[in-house]
Order: sequence, then structure tokens, then C-alpha cells
Amino acid sequence: MTTPLLLIGILLLGGAGAAMLSRNLIHSALLLVGAWAGIAGFYLWAGAEFVAFAQVLVYVGAVSMVVLFAVLLTRQGATTAPVEFDSFQRAVAGFITAGGVAGVLLGAILGTPMDGPAAPAPAAITVKQLGAQLMGPHAAALLIVGVILTVALLGAILIAAVDKPEDPAP
Amino acid sequence: MNLETLPLQLRDWIVDLFPSALQWFVHHLLSITAILTVFGLFFAFTTIAERKLLARLQNRLGPNRSGLPWFPKLKLWGLTQPFADAIKAITKEDVVPAVADKVLHFLAPVVIVAFSLLGFAVLPFGRHLLPVELDAALLYFFAAGSATELAIFMAGWGSRNKYSLLAAMRALAQLISYELPLILSVVPVVMVTGTLSTRAIVLDQGFWTFGVLPHWHVFTPWGFAGFLIFLVAALAESNRSPFDLPEAESEIIAGHLTEYSGFKYALFFMGEYFGLTALSGLGVTLFLGGWQAPCAFLEFIPSWLWFMGKLAGLIVFFIWIRGTLLRLRIDQLTRLSWKFLVPLALLNLGNAAFWALTAGWTGPLALARWAISAAIIVVPFILLGRRLSAGFAPRTYRYAA
Repeated sequence: MTTPLLLIGILLLGGAGAAMLSRNLIHSALLLVGAWAGIAGFYLWAGAEFVAFAQVLVYVGAVSMVVLFAVLLTRQGATTAPVEFDSFQRAVAGFITAGGVAGVLLGAILGTPMDGPAAPAPAAITVKQLGAQLMGPHAAALLIVGVILTVALLGAILIAAVDKPEDPAP
Repeated sequence: MNLETLPLQLRDWIVDLFPSALQWFVHHLLSITAILTVFGLFFAFTTIAERKLLARLQNRLGPNRSGLPWFPKLKLWGLTQPFADAIKAITKEDVVPAVADKVLHFLAPVVIVAFSLLGFAVLPFGRHLLPVELDAALLYFFAAGSATELAIFMAGWGSRNKYSLLAAMRALAQLISYELPLILSVVPVVMVTGTLSTRAIVLDQGFWTFGVLPHWHVFTPWGFAGFLIFLVAALAESNRSPFDLPEAESEIIAGHLTEYSGFKYALFFMGEYFGLTALSGLGVTLFLGGWQAPCAFLEFIPSWLWFMGKLAGLIVFFIWIRGTLLRLRIDQLTRLSWKFLVPLALLNLGNAAFWALTAGWTGPLALARWAISAAIIVVPFILLGRRLSAGFAPRTYRYAA
């Protein structure tokens, strides 16, 4: 039972670590896709089939494309990341943010009782039950997420769409 | 001897030959081998069928010379051509550009073939033939297909060639544009049947009115519209004509395939045909009744034969389209998706909701249900089509005097 988990963990952490260390941005992005696939593997291992497939569909299929397009459109050819920090302030801000996130996560992990009695294995949840839950008690949350995504999409179009004057007629 | 379960009996017979500790492994290995063999051969004969049919459509003969190695008199109508093609592809020189990203350049064709094969796992090929039964099978199918975009990006970027990269970005734009109508055209089926499992969707279509009129989804207003949108989107997703501009000869040379040669080039085409076959299989499963016979009295024919027959029919239909329609320009291609197919697919979603809510209407109300459902999709189709083609039609032709 633990061997697959170990393999998934190695794939996940290895992919994420290599993505962080690689100086080539495209390689980093592709390795990150591998790490996301590892997360999907973890969901599969935990028995959450639906979430695993959704993870692959959204992250491996869609978010990866956004990342790759962003890298190619902003870097203009140079796809190697600079090794040194841009400025001292940025380095400090980066370390403070990363440290804060790490602290919150560590606190949550250490605060979780690990040696409690094992919960009885829940019956396998079908997609239908999942859908009923999402559309019933959690319908409001689903709607809000949808509205936020739509607003983000419209905002992106507004920022990107610059009306250029037409070419003068010859 | 039961033809219906013959493949299963064969599998169980082989599995029993092995020690019991290995049996689960052999069991899964046999499923994988069966899919690889059947669809590998299906791919080989699709290529020869495509070449022959296109030749006939263009008033030529097509490949008819390749025979058997030791019987030069026996021509077999050139049916051994795909094997000759395979040997040619394997023995060709594999050229890799000196500055290419070697790893990504190598990985791209591998990824595209591997992931396009994954979709076959959830297609119900017959009443008892379903390789993997999943509750969320449809979601799995689309998740498995999502990695082909990554492979095209890897091919374009890894080649270190401006043409490859530009064409890969165009191909990605096309794939992303058409993934939306593809998935939106499938959602109505999920809405009406209330399940994501491919087995349940096929079982839902297994009834006949008077024993001859099948209850396939394509014979409902929303199903017909959904099937048409699905067909167009599937053509675009698998880079088939009239949407084959990622690799068309008259476009940016050969697109992301520019720097590929030999067997890797063949692998890309293999992945493309596997993708097309899997999508056609999904179309058959969702809209054309899967392995169900069209009439009740034809049920004595094994269900897997029905499935393969419908699949072959759909593939021939795609070949026919390739021989008939002209290629679109890139702006026409994206406009068709975003301004026409996506709104219609969204409307069709509402149409399916109406159909699902009025399931209790019988007698004369059933006719009203059909009329309303048809009107929901036909009226916007005509209005939208007229608005989008305003100024382009009627076409005027001018000839030199």
C-alpha cells in the first residue's frame, strides 16, 4: 500500500525540485506538468477518481498551456532564467512570502493529530453523489467560482484587446 | 460456441494456462495486447482505405501494386501496402537537428502515441467487452486526450525551428478553440442520461419503437445537433481536412513536423489516426448507440461487430469529407469555432435540459416536445448562420469576357 505512495511522492517532489533548479524556463514548466500529474496520481491512489481526472484535465491540459504561452509571449526568445536576484528588496520579499506559506503549511501539518484511531473506510462515492453535493448544498460556492472565472476572463480580454487604428488605405 | 462472448472465452482460456499468481497480470496484459493489435491493424488498413478512397474520389486508381514477397503474381488489390509503408518508415534515416532539444524532440512522438492510445480503455466495444469500467469514464477520456497538446508544443519548441514553433502555436490555438465545442457537445448526453459511465450511456440507448426504430441519441433534436457539432469538432481536434492546416503542404511547410523524419514522423501520423479512431469510437458510443443493433431482429449479430461496423462507417465518412471539402483559412477556422459552434453548443445544452425536464410528456405533447426542441436549435442555427455570412453571400462570379 505504501510503495505506490512512495513512488508517487518521488515523482512529485523530484519533478517539482527539478523544475525549481532548471535554468531553462520551458523545461521548468514541463517538469511542473509532471509534478501536477504526480498530484493526480496521488488522488487516484487515495481513491478520488473524479478529482484525479479533473486535475489532469485542468492542470495538464489547460493550465500548462497558459504557463507555456505566457513564457513564450513574455520572454521573446530568451527562455533561460537569470540566476541572480533582480534586487535585494525582491529577494527579501520572496523569502518572506515563501517563509510565510511554509510556516502556515507546517503549522497545519504539525497541528493535525496523526496517531488517532483510523477512520472507517468510507463507501466509494459515485460521481452522481458528488454532482448532487456540488449542485445542492454547495451550489452557491460553485456559482461564485464560475462568476470569478468569467470576470477574470473578461478582464484579461479587456487588457489584451488594444484597439489599433486600421491601416491607412493605400 | 457463443460469438457474443468469444473474445472473453479466448482470454479466459489463455489466462488459465498461467500460474494463479500471474493471472491478474496476464489478464490485463491481454486486454492491452488486444487493443494494440486490433487498433494497430485498424490503423494500417485505415491508411490504405484512405489512399484508395481518395484516389477513387479523384478519379485515380490508388496503390494497387504491392503484393506478397514470395508470390509476385498475387496482388491482393495492393492490400499489403501499409506493411511496405511501415518497413519503409522504420528503415529511413532519423535526422535530428544539431541544435534541437534532444530530449523533447524524442519525447514528443512518444507522448502523442501513448496518450492517444489511452482513450481506448473506456470505450465499450461490445456488450461484454469494456477494457476498464470507470464511473467517470468520459472525464477520463478527455483527460487522456489533453496531453496531445503538450506533445505538439514539445515538437514545435524542441525542434528549434521558427517554422515549427509558429506552426505549433497555430496548431495549439486550433486544438484549444475546438476542445470547447467538443466537450460542450458531449455534456448534453451526460445531462440526459445522468451518468458519465460509457457502459450506462450505451445501455440507455438500447430500446426500439416497434422493434425497428432505435432510440439512439442521434435521433433526437438535441442529439442530432450535438452529433453534428461533435463531428466538426472531432475533425478539427484530429487535424483532419478541412481543418488540416497545422501540417498542410500549402501552409507553413509541414508545421511542427518539419524537423521530423523516418519513424518519428510515422509515429505522429499513427497518433493522429489513433486519436481520430478513439474520437470516432466515442461518437459511436455517445450518439450512434454504441454496440446496439439498429433493429431488434438484427441482434443475433455479435455486438462488437456492430461497434466496429459503425466505427468503420464513421471513418469512411471522414475520408469522404477529406476528399470533398476545401481547407479553411486560420481566421475562418477560429471564427467558426468561437462565433458559431460554441454558442450553438451552449444553446444545445439548454435544449437537452428542456428534453430531460419534459421526459413525462406523452401523446400529442410528445409531438410538441419534438417541435419545441427542434425549434430551440434550428432557429438560432439559421439566424446565426445568416448573420455571420452577411456580406459574403450570395457569391458573385466574374469571368473574362
